[in-house]
Amino acid sequence: MSQLITIRDRIGDLGVDLASGEAGPKPTKSLLSRRVPLAVPAAQFEALQTAAPAADFDAAVAEAGYTDGLRAAQLDIFQINLGKLCNMTCRHCHVDSGPDRVDENMDRETVHACIAAIERSGAHTVDLTGGAPELNPHFRYLVDACVDMGKHVIDRCNLTILLVPKLRDLPEWFAERGVEVVCSLPHYRARNTDRQRGDGTYEKSIRALRRLNEAGYGQGDPKRLLTLMSNPAGAFLAGDQSAMTAEWKANLQRNHQVSFDRLFCLNNMPMSRFLEWLLDSGNLEGYMQRLLGAFNPAAIGGLMCRNTLSVGWDGKLYDCDFNQQLDMALTDDGGPLHVRDFDLDVWMKRRILTDRHCFGCTAGAGSSCGGATS
Amino acid sequence: MDTYYKPEHLPKFGSISEGAPDLAKKFFEWYGAVFQEGALSVREKSLIALAVAHAVQCPYCIDAYAKDALEKGADLEQMTEAVHVASAIRGGASLVHGVQMLEHVHKLGM
Repeated sequence: MSQLITIRDRIGDLGVDLASGEAGPKPTKSLLSRRVPLAVPAAQFEALQTAAPAADFDAAVAEAGYTDGLRAAQLDIFQINLGKLCNMTCRHCHVDSGPDRVDENMDRETVHACIAAIERSGAHTVDLTGGAPELNPHFRYLVDACVDMGKHVIDRCNLTILLVPKLRDLPEWFAERGVEVVCSLPHYRARNTDRQRGDGTYEKSIRALRRLNEAGYGQGDPKRLLTLMSNPAGAFLAGDQSAMTAEWKANLQRNHQVSFDRLFCLNNMPMSRFLEWLLDSGNLEGYMQRLLGAFNPAAIGGLMCRNTLSVGWDGKLYDCDFNQQLDMALTDDGGPLHVRDFDLDVWMKRRILTDRHCFGCTAGAGSSCGGATS
Repeated sequence: MDTYYKPEHLPKFGSISEGAPDLAKKFFEWYGAVFQEGALSVREKSLIALAVAHAVQCPYCIDAYAKDALEKGADLEQMTEAVHVASAIRGGASLVHGVQMLEHVHKLGM
């Protein structure tokens, strides 16, 4: 009960208890709340080293011709992780999000620092993620500021959040501002969706997609872009998004009269809760072998770390949202860099930080927040 | 060899080229071309391969195409239906020969 009051204090009345099943399916609890060792990045790195001792991402990249390490291309996307708070607890979550993560949410001062940095950055797109970014009390303020600056804004949406009573106006609110909605849906059929994200997720997701369709999303209008994002529900690689799009469109239309514009297929990174599942199910070594065996040099050029800046809830800067969750912050001699000090030249000249989890992004067709990279 | 089937044989499939490299090259090129997106989608081809794998009862192929079908976007329900199709044809293939048996019986009997 005290936690519910805390959530209300922080983000206002949502009309539902965020920790309840009604607010969103919860097949597990955060690693942090269960106090398991794997909640700490050092334990995750150790597990990957044990499973794939010979894996060397920097060597693989150098052999592919990037002898000076991974470097920036140009800054296109300013990605902000507004916090770890979520109405769901998906089993593959790389952020270890959940309703218990009330403390890690971006405050107004940091939001202002982000807005100032976006202006300096020259990025054409602002990509908002979480947790459920919509739960941050400054979410709408930030979206409006970015739209006013003429930026393309992306909301990374878990779909079920759109059914929370006080957030049900969001589809129309997004439509009025031309916000692109990128939604998580592992499969166009119920089984794999509910196994990964919890029982009832599929049915709620379809209802939320209908609401987005009613608001004008998913009909080919570039100002109402509806993108679906599919992560495999298990220890296998993501499919070919271009080959699967037509089949997804036909099935969702036929079975639910739901339409969308684009499909992104992403691999799961061997970290956080997905890593826990890999270990528990005895799949970690096999999955790492699969990622290493599918290493694709052609996928390196389009990796998101080369065109995206990732900002954490506390304002720290990272190469990507995965590095962010592994505490691999950008630093200079004075320690971690903060968004208030963002400098495009420094960002352009930096060497991107890598470790074994990065093999997840270079496997198969490549995998980043914008989908396949090759 | 203490057992006929070993999982580690599957990734060594390419070593079959040792005795006849030209034939292996032709086979693997043709095999790759067969599974390209065409009039059938890669998912449909993978489900056919999975079904045939069960019909010929090849554990290597079942291993390979259980993974492949998932990666091509199929789910357990679709894959199980494909295996039932293979099983139905196997069962039906036996049963339909019963018509031959019937004719023999009719001819021989009074």
